[in-house]
Amino acid sequence: MSRPKTIIEKLWDAHVVAQPEGAPAFLWIDLHLVHEVTSPQAFAGLRARGIKVRRPDLTLGTCDHSTPTTPRDLPIIDPIAAAQVAQFETNCTEFGIPHFGFKNDKQGIVHVIGPENGATQPGMTVVCGDSHTATHGAFGALAFGIGTSEVEMVLATQCLLQRKSKTFNVRVEGLLGNGVTAKDIILALIARIGVGGGTGCVIEYTGSAIRALTMEQRMTVCNMSIEGGARAGLIAPDDKTYEFLAGRTLAPKGAAWDAAVAKWRTLPTDEGATYDKEIFIDASALEPMITFGTNPGQGVAVTQAIPDPGSVADAVERETLKKALAYMGLESGRPLLGRKVDVVFIGSCTNSRMSDLRAAAAILKGRKVNPSVRTMVVPGSMQIKREAEAEGLDQIFRDAGAEWREAGCSMCIAMNGDQLKPGEYSVSTSNRNFEGRQGKGGRTFLASPETAAASALAGAVADVRTLLG
Amino acid sequence: MQKFEAIESRYAILPVDNVDTDQIIPARFLKTISKDGLGDQLFFDWRYEADGSPKPDFVLNTPEAKQCKVLVAGDNFGCGSSREHAPWALTQYGFRAVVSTSFADIFKNNSLKNGLLPIAVPADVHKELMAAAGAVKVNLASQTLTLESGKAVEFAIDAFSKACLLEGVDELGFVLKHEEAIQAYEAMNPPALDTRLVNA
Ligand code: SF4
Repeated sequence: MSRPKTIIEKLWDAHVVAQPEGAPAFLWIDLHLVHEVTSPQAFAGLRARGIKVRRPDLTLGTCDHSTPTTPRDLPIIDPIAAAQVAQFETNCTEFGIPHFGFKNDKQGIVHVIGPENGATQPGMTVVCGDSHTATHGAFGALAFGIGTSEVEMVLATQCLLQRKSKTFNVRVEGLLGNGVTAKDIILALIARIGVGGGTGCVIEYTGSAIRALTMEQRMTVCNMSIEGGARAGLIAPDDKTYEFLAGRTLAPKGAAWDAAVAKWRTLPTDEGATYDKEIFIDASALEPMITFGTNPGQGVAVTQAIPDPGSVADAVERETLKKALAYMGLESGRPLLGRKVDVVFIGSCTNSRMSDLRAAAAILKGRKVNPSVRTMVVPGSMQIKREAEAEGLDQIFRDAGAEWREAGCSMCIAMNGDQLKPGEYSVSTSNRNFEGRQGKGGRTFLASPETAAASALAGAVADVRTLLG
Repeated sequence: MQKFEAIESRYAILPVDNVDTDQIIPARFLKTISKDGLGDQLFFDWRYEADGSPKPDFVLNTPEAKQCKVLVAGDNFGCGSSREHAPWALTQYGFRAVVSTSFADIFKNNSLKNGLLPIAVPADVHKELMAAAGAVKVNLASQTLTLESGKAVEFAIDAFSKACLLEGVDELGFVLKHEEAIQAYEAMNPPALDTRLVNA
């Protein structure tokens, strides 16, 4: 029998097209997702060379980043964003790429629409000019973000020049406590390993706590792999994966479905396979997490004090932490709990799917958000928007005093007009708290939808567990 | 891509760890559909006051910085988003190399494709560079970085990226030459889906 392999190695081996002497491997790409921000220069490159898109049938586009979340019958007010969205649609049409334009009823965040339409499947290689492509790893796919030159390469050849990454087993065992979520698992991991802790690695998330997660929760975990520096993060497929996929538009049907499932069942890591790196997390010891700083690794349990730069030995590291606290206008030594916030944002490719909206709605139902807080709920796609409305979630949000908007990246990246004002504080369910990420001068605390909803009610950073009794 | 020649230059110091690509070029500048004009937007929010005037204490606003082809920054440079606008902005400003102890994967890949050399050095060398501004020599052919003190350190780069930088080779052109291998793979591996059915 051959050497036991991890799922990461199996995926790699199955996709090597060629390994020319002295060059990186050519890796075949099964699914290429494109959006308006990182693709225009790639299409321009194709035009300049006079080449076509090799496999439009393996490519899917959507606009999301620069796309307003105001009603779709209104025009895009920002002329530069309008031009970018228009160029995107022109590019996709010209090159024959199926896509969801601004007014398409399936439009949504690129990492939401892939799984939603059954495009993301186990065993695939998936790339996108976007660092959160690891989201698709939740299906047992090798999925990672690429730059615009690489977008052009994949459009032209359906291949990518790649070097093999190291393998990193993140094993999470045990039962999550009440009010502790998938988002808290990933925030706790990044707080432990730091934002560079996974550099050069592909993570496989394993263990009973991961197996217990739903597909949507698994996407939340995989989504933030990049925030730990990892190239990608994935979870071996199982019956939950197949159940999620069955019947979706682009999933295989009939006999092809049975054949696909049989193939997918061979993907999980073999008994006895080893990883380059391993870490263990006890899920039962986790608490709701929140970030206090300007990178996603600067996180603590919501009840825990902000660390003291004075206790950091390395000079640059100390200055970096001081700079973060100065930007955030925070002092060390105290928890964030009770800290006044101006905005609560529930959305982004990390937490904008049905289960996230349901979790937030369960907390907001029959209550009112604090009048000093602007609360925005932004569904990940127009399909999710309709489904949530059919369930009456929009009414719960509106009754609570929150805004219910159209699909897009919105205040996760603040490119579409949804943004914080300088100095404002937000609790956000998105994935990045970098300086200015949610608007110039804005200050972001990253947390779960549950923590975000509880904070909206309190008008301040809150511990959702106090509402759960 | 422009050929990468040996560099001899003063360097600018940015003593911050985990510099993310949102700082290198803020997202609001990504609405452009071209690659041009990004040098002025490099580190925009660290570089300029709200009224647009340059912040005098930011390193890139010193007269010396304009001459620097090398940037020395803290650990894990370039983390965060995959935007290639980051190396575009750095090269358009005039940088040809960034020195750190480590780089985020996507940033490193993107840089190598745009004639920007990421040089990872050991912690002690990094400390020496961070301690005071000076000049360095970068020789890609011999993979050496020479400090003002005369200390020379070897840095790692994979052979393919090195050859591409030295010769200004275009990677897409290289891959396109392997059409046969791609066709062979395609023939053996039927696609798992057809995205054109998505609106069916
Ligand atoms: S929601 Fe945020 S992180 Fe996700 S794709 Fe959009 S901008 Fe990127």
